[in-house]
Amino acid sequence: MSNSVVALTVIFAIIIFGSIIGFYAGVRHKMNLEQWTVGGRGFGLMLIWLLMAGEVYTTFSFLGASGWAYSRGGPTLYIIAYLTLGRAVYFHVQPYIWEVGRKFKMQTQPDFFERRYGSKYLAAFVAVVGFVFLIPYLQLQLTGLGIIVGMASFEGISRPVAMIIAFALVAGFVFSSGVRGVAWVSILKDALMLFVVFFIGFGLPYIYFHGIGPMFAEIIKAKPTHLVLPGATKNMGHAWYVSTVFMASLGGLMWPNLFATSFAAKNASTLRRSAVVMTTYNVILPLIFFVGFTALLAVPGLKNGDLALLALVRKTYPAWLLGVIGGTGALTAMVPAAYYILTAATLFAKNFYRPMFAPSMSDDQVAKLAKRMVLVVTGVALYFAIYSSTTLVYLLLIGFAGVSQFFPGVVLGLWWRRITMPGAFIGIVVGVATASFLMLTKRDPFMGINAGFFALCLNFLITVGVSSITRFQPSGFRESSEASAAG
Amino acid sequence: MKKPSLRAIGITVVPFLAMCFSVSLWDRIYPRVFGLPFNLFWLILWIPLSALCYWIAYRIEVPQGSSDNSKGAAR
Repeated sequence: MSNSVVALTVIFAIIIFGSIIGFYAGVRHKMNLEQWTVGGRGFGLMLIWLLMAGEVYTTFSFLGASGWAYSRGGPTLYIIAYLTLGRAVYFHVQPYIWEVGRKFKMQTQPDFFERRYGSKYLAAFVAVVGFVFLIPYLQLQLTGLGIIVGMASFEGISRPVAMIIAFALVAGFVFSSGVRGVAWVSILKDALMLFVVFFIGFGLPYIYFHGIGPMFAEIIKAKPTHLVLPGATKNMGHAWYVSTVFMASLGGLMWPNLFATSFAAKNASTLRRSAVVMTTYNVILPLIFFVGFTALLAVPGLKNGDLALLALVRKTYPAWLLGVIGGTGALTAMVPAAYYILTAATLFAKNFYRPMFAPSMSDDQVAKLAKRMVLVVTGVALYFAIYSSTTLVYLLLIGFAGVSQFFPGVVLGLWWRRITMPGAFIGIVVGVATASFLMLTKRDPFMGINAGFFALCLNFLITVGVSSITRFQPSGFRESSEASAAG
Repeated sequence: MKKPSLRAIGITVVPFLAMCFSVSLWDRIYPRVFGLPFNLFWLILWIPLSALCYWIAYRIEVPQGSSDNSKGAAR
């Protein structure tokens, strides 16, 4: 058997094994809308932890983080910082989202906005914005999966075909699993990921340089500025770092799917504990950087840094090991992708289509429409994955710039009684418009700072400003709140 | 809506000072620690230290003995 056949066989064996787990975990529970979206609100620490790890540690950290270590150098450090600091926001905000979510039976992020601000138009707008900015994240996962299939085939499978295979795998996985199935496949994914990351994170620097210290010594000799900011870039200096880390830390919980994870928890302290525990998961990130840095000297000259990890693995290890590592990478793409698709499809059906066009739809019909939307959502991401060449990390930053615009509306909505619907609405519109304009016209970083951060500041000022001059509205969270919920 | 306690917020601001706003103080290669460039070492060091800060905040927000009680956590 040729190398590509061996590698692809192992990859597909891992994918099939994962899909079987997801399928069986999924069919054991009857799938109504609530079960499909928030898993029946009974998730304990273990499942929440797996669900969040499954979504956060994706092909972005696997291929993207090593890719940036390879192509950008210093700027990749922002990833350790934002993933660690983001947990502080989870810690403080998520329990309160959970609390109102339970009280008012919320399933999605727009449900939160609708209840707080009493406007289905704001909720529908939040759904659309969430939907749009989930696409680049989904594109990221499909692109990563396509890269894995392509590299494992030794370029025998062309990029568009690899992307279409990725599309079919992911869509099939979503149909068979639902949210509970996805959480269980995370167990397999995380176990494999931990094993692979330790294996290659220590192994590759050792094979090429006899250790991590000597590896850095060689890089310092060859490219003295690569390891500090702005690394190999011109415009990602300290101001970019601070603004990006800050924006991404605040924005992390604003991803519609992660926001909705709050609702799946059994209780609030589960969420707080998982925020503490999840922080420790970040110790795997430096190991992934080590791989990217090793590749910098061992496989120089790659046009696309996102290929660095797999190119180095392919050069170093036998084909079956490339298969194991590629299969692990494939699961790290499929598990989160499934979850993003599920979220995007539900947002569209439940918070945009039904309230705007078909108010009489039943929950079951919404669930059916959401399932049909899965193919549309994945298809759109497939289109972008085939035709765009943005790096994996930058795709993530585009998504962050968009979803972090929900932050003022969520946090001020929880704790500032004076915030009004027009304030929150106009704030998000301005924030999203500013971030999109700056990124689409290639003005990011803008004057050295992250475009999403700039937009977030503007958004915040406008939310507060407009709220101050519009008429006071009582918070939707106060109605029907019992005396015990001392606000 | 009840607010998070100020002490708990205070302790979780510490990692922000260490890993984000102070970047120009520690973004350098030397002194190398365990063979790592100093900036990478510093960030790795602050992963467990941040977890520790969050754990202290957890102890402040969720007093001992009520950790599995949803009412206790969501007071």
